Amino acid sequence: MKAPVSWIREYVDLRADVTTEELAARLTALGLKLEAIEKPGDAITGPLVVGRVLTMEPEPQKNGKTINWCTVDVGDANGTGEPQGIVCGAHNFAPGDLVVVVLPGAVLPGNFAISARKTYGHVSAGMICSAAELGLGDDHDGIIVLPSDAGEPGDDALDLLGLREEVIEFEINPDRAYALSLRGIAREAALAYDAPYRDPAARETPAANDQGYPVVVDDPAGCPIFVARVVSGFDPTAPTPAWMARRITQAGMRPISLAVDITNYVMLELGRPIHGYDADKLSGPIRVRRASAGERLTTLDGAERELSEQDLVVTDDSGIIGLGGVMGGETTEMSSTTTRVLVEAAHWDAVSMFRTGKRHKISSEAGKRNERGVDPVITEAAADRVVELLVAHGGATAEPGVTVVGRPPAPPTIPMAYELPARVTGMAIDAATAVANLEAVGCRLDRGDTGVTATPPPWRPDLVDPFDLVEEVARIVGYDQVPSVLPVAKAGRGLTREQRLRRRIGRTLAGAGCVEVLSFPFVGDEAFDMLGLAEDDVLRHTVRLANPLSSEEPAYTTTLLPGLLKAATRNLGRGAPGVALFETGTVAFPVDRGPAPIYGVDWRPSDDELAKLFEAIPDQPLHLAVVLAGERERSGWWGAGRPASWADAIDVVRRLGAELGVSVRVEPTARMPWHPGRCARVLVGDHELGHAGELHPRVCAAFGLPARSAAVEIDLDVLMRHVPDVVQGPRFSNYPVAKEDVALVVDESVPAADVEAALREGAGELLESIRLFDLYTGDQVGAGRKSLAFALRFRAPDRTLTEQEASAARDAAVALAVERLGAVQRA
Amino acid sequence: MSGPNTDYDPVEVTPLKPEEIEQARDAALAAVAAATDLEGLKRARLEHAGDRSPLALANREIGALPPQARKDAGQRVGQARGAVNKAIADHQAVLEVEHEERMLAEETVDVTLPTERSARGARHPVTTGSERIADVFLALGWEVAEGPVIEAEWLNFDALNLGPDHPARTMQDTFWTDPADNNLVLRTHTSPVQARTMLTREPPIYVVCPGRVFRTDEYDATHSPMFHQVEGLVVDEGITMAHLKGTLDHFAAAMFGEGISTRFRPSYFPFTEPSAEVDLVCFVCRGASPAVETCRTCRGEGWIEWGGCGVVNPRVLRACGIDAERYTGFAFGMGIDRTLMFRHGIEDLRALFEGDIRFTTAFGTEL
Repeated sequence: MKAPVSWIREYVDLRADVTTEELAARLTALGLKLEAIEKPGDAITGPLVVGRVLTMEPEPQKNGKTINWCTVDVGDANGTGEPQGIVCGAHNFAPGDLVVVVLPGAVLPGNFAISARKTYGHVSAGMICSAAELGLGDDHDGIIVLPSDAGEPGDDALDLLGLREEVIEFEINPDRAYALSLRGIAREAALAYDAPYRDPAARETPAANDQGYPVVVDDPAGCPIFVARVVSGFDPTAPTPAWMARRITQAGMRPISLAVDITNYVMLELGRPIHGYDADKLSGPIRVRRASAGERLTTLDGAERELSEQDLVVTDDSGIIGLGGVMGGETTEMSSTTTRVLVEAAHWDAVSMFRTGKRHKISSEAGKRNERGVDPVITEAAADRVVELLVAHGGATAEPGVTVVGRPPAPPTIPMAYELPARVTGMAIDAATAVANLEAVGCRLDRGDTGVTATPPPWRPDLVDPFDLVEEVARIVGYDQVPSVLPVAKAGRGLTREQRLRRRIGRTLAGAGCVEVLSFPFVGDEAFDMLGLAEDDVLRHTVRLANPLSSEEPAYTTTLLPGLLKAATRNLGRGAPGVALFETGTVAFPVDRGPAPIYGVDWRPSDDELAKLFEAIPDQPLHLAVVLAGERERSGWWGAGRPASWADAIDVVRRLGAELGVSVRVEPTARMPWHPGRCARVLVGDHELGHAGELHPRVCAAFGLPARSAAVEIDLDVLMRHVPDVVQGPRFSNYPVAKEDVALVVDESVPAADVEAALREGAGELLESIRLFDLYTGDQVGAGRKSLAFALRFRAPDRTLTEQEASAARDAAVALAVERLGAVQRA
Repeated sequence: MSGPNTDYDPVEVTPLKPEEIEQARDAALAAVAAATDLEGLKRARLEHAGDRSPLALANREIGALPPQARKDAGQRVGQARGAVNKAIADHQAVLEVEHEERMLAEETVDVTLPTERSARGARHPVTTGSERIADVFLALGWEVAEGPVIEAEWLNFDALNLGPDHPARTMQDTFWTDPADNNLVLRTHTSPVQARTMLTREPPIYVVCPGRVFRTDEYDATHSPMFHQVEGLVVDEGITMAHLKGTLDHFAAAMFGEGISTRFRPSYFPFTEPSAEVDLVCFVCRGASPAVETCRTCRGEGWIEWGGCGVVNPRVLRACGIDAERYTGFAFGMGIDRTLMFRHGIEDLRALFEGDIRFTTAFGTEL
């Protein structure tokens, strides 16, 4: 909401020395947040004057544009009194119009220096200005055409346009709809300075009578009060007075025509949206009702809309003529021939306004106010104010009929204990202060021994609960008076086990040389295709979004890999020789257990109801993904470097398991997006953690990653469940170790892990450790065979092992491998 | 030099003359002194102090001498051998030091050579920043509460006094899951975690809730459809706005340094009443701007918008089953990303989500 300071001062007697900055700061402290102070004139130097267009010659250009070569009378402002020749690209004016001309030597906002320059074959000595060029908002559509009585050619336009005036833009919170008007802002200014206030809505209004335009309200809950007034003899060509056009512009709206401008002006002044109809286009009585499903209306913006049973509509005998309180219809729109105007000021149910605006995606100045709640008591005053202005500036005559249907809804009463403000705010607020402040914001009070019963003013529909009153009391005392006291919490238990584990996991991965990445979790078929997932892959079964940012990525992801792989490509593309990235984040899997219930808010749902609520929420396990691409170890004076490989990926998982005390094992498997011969399924016991290995060459190609890039994705929730709670202190023997090496030849398809497991099992209890230290394939073992060399260490808890004991254990180990896997011991 | 001592005949020995012993000693000392390395010294030792050396042979003959001659000869030979052995030991020590020095000198490397064979890893500043924030509150005895990102609409809105037709719902542009009548959203704030906490725990409640949230914002230098929030919630007897102020002042000082405090401005949030925006004393100019010169961080305001806060609306307490007559509470929330942007002078929010390792590794020193 933009409020010219001069307009605020019209209703509140502020001392002359109150600066705009100070006023804005005080209002901010009261809850109307300063967004910006505009002083457009400060950014303009040099001559900016009124000009009258004398001639304009349209000249089509080779580039398809048509420019106008104009001569403009700028009086003596150019020092010669001769018409000024100016090229203008806009077309929304005609000879005879008063326009705003900036002359050579001037500087416009944005440090835009104006000079006479040759363009389109003419010397253009200055410029005819648009509102945007003068810093008066964003309106680039055409130049400013001044009202015909705005002034004489050569007059200074800075004052005329109010460019020397200061305008404060406030950010208005939804609970303070009353401050979407000068009436409301001035009231807050009066509160801030304890200054006298004149309510612009306080006026005598003619009583309702039965000569007014007939109006029937079928839905008084949706439209509690409807006021209709008619003026006739209106001159549709009458200009908007310059002061009104200026204020409308300053407030961020655009002057359109006198009748429309007057309704907008009164909305800005009083906060009450007004609709004007061309009364000659109305047929029969006006009726307010809910729409029937399937009814249609073309609104003022030209959009044809299909209505819902919840929409409030205004009708006449011709059918629907407007979406009540939100937007009027085309058929009864005021136009350049309108001479009879029906002024509608109605109070609408805020919730209906909100729903209709949302349903039809209409965001209008009127809707914004109606859906937040407008003062219902000033409805008649607002209509009367519009009539007054139509009469004063449009030569109209007010018809005697005054239609008022319904009455403003009764305000609530709110009890508040005197001690509540102090109890809630921690400030020393006594009963007298509480009472004074509530009265200052317009509450009527019924004072009791321990508290008050407050009737909030009609412009404050947001005041409903005692705590709402506390806020009113407190903001006037001043939030800067709140003391600072650190509360003493009960003893806490620190981080949960899972929270500690997550920190550990991140540190382990960083310690392993991986850099953490945060990606957006949005995904689409394209990413799944790039990962080479089959049509029926479980990862394609996603939680979809109803309103994704991009239709290409309409779902919440089931895998962290797409984001991570793209980040890897990005880094390599930016010149990194290699990357090791990791991400921990939740993914989502649909549960299809029906919609989540919506409960009331007046009491807590039962435990069963809560269980039902939690059940409907998709499974969201915490995943870890790692990608390793390009150089893993650098080359240097020490020798050659090494690219990342499948083994690095599996090592990351093993290392993580080791850090957390979880024994993870791997087995060969085939699963996209991994290379079918280089993919490990990672398990803890029999529980699958996920996969690790080299990415499929097609996946590397699809993401633009180097060949042999490797990746991991595992479920951290599963991993964390297997982390031992309390580590048992290990016991170990200090007797000498007996070392035995064995080399076994097996078929190439036999996994080393199986051989190791057989050896481990066969070796029995004396085995302390086993490590594969060599792998050989080649002529010495024959095609399709491989040799695996293991170092076995034996140790007894209670004695030194004899050579015979150690070799017997080794032989037993080998025997089981021979029996189980057809291994042959190498000589 | 070696070989059997065929000339040896103890019966025929005669005592060595003192001059001969002196000669042998001097020759030995000269040979030892002449050795320039350990190898040379070893040769000198074998020749002049070894088993076949003149002094060793002389020593052997002593036993065959008559008693008086034996005593004199023994003394002479013993002194000579002692002098030689000492000379050898002394020279050995010197040569060993020299040898070690030479060897160490030869083994010198260029320690300025690069040593980093593999790149370093790093955690993301949002992760470490969230932990740092959590630690501030853990130290006060609070706990860290969490919840799912895809959340029930009722918990994200209704339970927080944001009814279906509340205008404030338009303040938050929400991602809905499909179909929308499943009533599931990507949480627009971490407040549903507060609701979950109140629904499942008894007061007193002191929790902080960091987490990832979503809104349908366009992606630019200051907006992102995904960002991170931290909220705090206290529900206890006798809790007031003063406790809220005290907590935020403590938090601000912990994040931005001693002396950085907060101010409240009246605002509106459906879940709190009274509500306030919380501003931070600009930690760059410390509120001196614009008196001195216009500060770039706070744009001359002296204050930085930090977040929102307020007294928990009794309606929210009731919806969560808490006795609103007995307990009061406060809640606050701010953007973690925004807080980090201030703290670290990050100018473009997108840097957090691009995954450029040059950005993230720069935060490797963050605790």
